[in-house]
Amino acid sequence: MELRKTALNGMHRRLGAKMVNFGGWDMPVEYPSSGGLIAEHKAVRSGVGVFDVSHMGDIRIRSGSRPGGALAAVQHISMNDASRLAIGQAHYSAMLYPEGTFVDDVIVHRLGEDDYLLVINAGTREKDINWVRENTRHFDCVVEDLSDACTQLAIQGPRAADVLRKLTDADLSSVKNYWFTHGTVCGLNNTLIARTGYTGEDGFEIYVPSSVPASEMVWSKVLEAGREFGIVPCGLGARNTLRLEAKMALYGHEISETINVWEAGLDRYCKIEKGDFIGRAALEKAKAAGLARTLAGLEMIERGIARDGYACFNERGERVGVVTSGSPSPTLCKNIALAYLPPAMAAPGTPVYVEIRGQKCKAQVVPTPFYKRPKPLAQQSAPKN
Amino acid sequence: MAYPAQYRYTKDHEWISLANGVATVGITDYAQHELGDVVFVELPKPGTKIETGKSFGTVESVKAVSEIYAPAAGEVLEANGELQNAPEKINSDPHGSAWLIKVRLANPAEVNALMDAAAYEKFIAEKGQDASA
Repeated sequence: MELRKTALNGMHRRLGAKMVNFGGWDMPVEYPSSGGLIAEHKAVRSGVGVFDVSHMGDIRIRSGSRPGGALAAVQHISMNDASRLAIGQAHYSAMLYPEGTFVDDVIVHRLGEDDYLLVINAGTREKDINWVRENTRHFDCVVEDLSDACTQLAIQGPRAADVLRKLTDADLSSVKNYWFTHGTVCGLNNTLIARTGYTGEDGFEIYVPSSVPASEMVWSKVLEAGREFGIVPCGLGARNTLRLEAKMALYGHEISETINVWEAGLDRYCKIEKGDFIGRAALEKAKAAGLARTLAGLEMIERGIARDGYACFNERGERVGVVTSGSPSPTLCKNIALAYLPPAMAAPGTPVYVEIRGQKCKAQVVPTPFYKRPKPLAQQSAPKN
Repeated sequence: MAYPAQYRYTKDHEWISLANGVATVGITDYAQHELGDVVFVELPKPGTKIETGKSFGTVESVKAVSEIYAPAAGEVLEANGELQNAPEKINSDPHGSAWLIKVRLANPAEVNALMDAAAYEKFIAEKGQDASA
């Protein structure tokens, strides 16, 4: 099957990006011209980087003939409480199967009184759209798949606001984390600008028309505006190490159709008390039954890199769990991993052995997230002199 | 990066050079470029027997684990210990100081069956990739 391409595919190839098949998409994994994955990762932690994330999908849900239909539909298919969203606000949520396991994780944006935008993963796009259509049929709402209409760029890092400020008339200082606004960006009117991302840093995601000329124009202007801040194009490789350090879940790894919300530790995004939603009954039962496994952070003590799918053992040599994501951490200069373990083994300091090519290598449970960005500097007081 | 004319090359992107019956083995510039930032190397101890075409170690980048295959059979005399603390040397000097192992070959004539530099360059060009980037 032919790989799908974003509008920036030609741009990535001209930049000499290394391309990989990511969930059926031909995507840049790293740019040797940026210095490669580690350099890209460090640019985002210390300065700014830009990612093409147009492979993500976008589903708009609007009310039909009467107000309230869109909210009722969103509440039914997602676990967070969308009634708490103000217009201009977004939150992390997930769509669940009746079993309380994951269809996908989503960012829900409230665009208007009766208007929501769900941003979904690339690898689950078709499944998600079918799921949303199927499960909102009995609600008074209109579901639209905007995935192919949008180029989505993520500008991420402590200098992201400095870059975007040069390209827009929107007042970015009034856009708080997980809020969004609309403004002119690179001459494109009414562009959605969200203070969201998947890196653990401050940053923005902007949504522009998916025509090749518009997409390339915005991409180029972002790079040009960011030059003074050391911006580099970043690929999916750095996106993965950045999100792993920040302990953000990746579908098919930390969350999947066989893992439930409690196991994944996403309790604070799941609002049981909001009323009924798909998956709620199973989650209530699962809570009463208690956890069989929980997601924990690991740090390797012995030499070796834990990778996705590697088995975990306790000190008695019994197999107790599995790694869901593992990698060297460019920020911490340690080898880190996320793994599902018995709750009794999830306390920091607990020894865990990861089997790497037949050898059991010692690791220990550590607190997560592995990396938390420094708090923005508080208003500096005037120098005393 | 140029491919030394005196080396021989495998389809798995290892190189081997032979002097006085002792072979030095490494991975090619093409291989390091495909891998990206190398962060971990695992090599056999001296005395280990290696077999042609069989994995004798691994090189890991941030993203991936890659097996290294023996270009010829023999006994490991030495592994490049410096790579343990400085695996990134494989990215900067794959054909030189970042050699992986030295081997006493069982049958030095085995090396003759491998590609020379011109054949290897043609081989990687046919893979449709830019090996010189």
